[in-house]
Amino acid sequence: MKKINVGKKILSENEKYAFENILFLAEQKKLCLNMISSPGSGKTTILTRTISELKNKIKIGVIEGDIQTDIDAERIRATEAPVVQINTNGACHLSAAQISAALKKLPVEDLNLIFIENVGNLVCPSAFELGENGKIVVLSVAEGDDKPAKYPAIFAKSKVLLVNKIDLLSGGQVDFDIERVKVDARRLNKGIEIFPISAKTGEGMADWYDWLIKSVEKK
Amino acid sequence: MHETMVAQSLLAAISDEAAKHNAKPIGAKISCGKLWAINDEALCFAFEAIAKGTPCEGVKLDIEHKPIRGQCKKCDQSFEVELGNPLARPGCSKCGSDDFELLPDGPLILEEIELQTD
Repeated sequence: MKKINVGKKILSENEKYAFENILFLAEQKKLCLNMISSPGSGKTTILTRTISELKNKIKIGVIEGDIQTDIDAERIRATEAPVVQINTNGACHLSAAQISAALKKLPVEDLNLIFIENVGNLVCPSAFELGENGKIVVLSVAEGDDKPAKYPAIFAKSKVLLVNKIDLLSGGQVDFDIERVKVDARRLNKGIEIFPISAKTGEGMADWYDWLIKSVEKK
Repeated sequence: MHETMVAQSLLAAISDEAAKHNAKPIGAKISCGKLWAINDEALCFAFEAIAKGTPCEGVKLDIEHKPIRGQCKKCDQSFEVELGNPLARPGCSKCGSDDFELLPDGPLILEEIELQTD
């Protein structure tokens, strides 16, 4: 038996594309946010409401990632925002190469902000840099308040935490301690912005919009 | 599940290296940061499945998880961050401040391969 030292980075292919995307977005001065959550947390509803309500302030385009179907892209298309659907055909996350191809299909020059809606999954997408400017993690109250403690990586890496479906809390059907979520998320990531929202009723969305507008202006 | 993609890249990297030495690989040591969230069992299972019928069939993987590191915003000290324990509050090892930035996670590295010799 012979041992050989290699010391070679693996997945450099993904990093190569992620770096290209970073350069492209910087050149174009566009903000790109990678939205990550479990399936069913309300990512698409957050996007459709955000796009509609900010229509006169910022131009948003969307890259939709799903294992299959273009159901989500159809919902985005109904808002008249440009959208590109990526079907991963089984893969549990988007890769930087897929984003690179999708960016070429979007009218990037006409946009201020590009959202990537990643495949619904709280674990795998957090390991793949896509070249985005920041990650947005969405947690809906029905999923439980223990998620930052159980899935620390994505909460540690995100710029913003959107706690969605807070309209479910008022009836008392859901046991969810939002203070616990805030403490656990800030323990991992002191600077994380936390916005409790309901994309259904619109509650709390104004603070999220302010953050988005400020972030776009900084570009 | 993302272990499948990692396994594919790993298979290609090990095959390349072994081919350079004209020998059959029997083992490989890799390392990665903990934020990669790689499950050893899932990675080994995926690797075994895709390595069947290739020169990498039977290669044993040895996976090292590198600790997560943070950098203190107050005193600049860099230190190990433990995210695994929900009761622990990570803080700077020098000044104790909990205001820190996570440093980029350790990359996925093929550290070493073992080759069969006659």
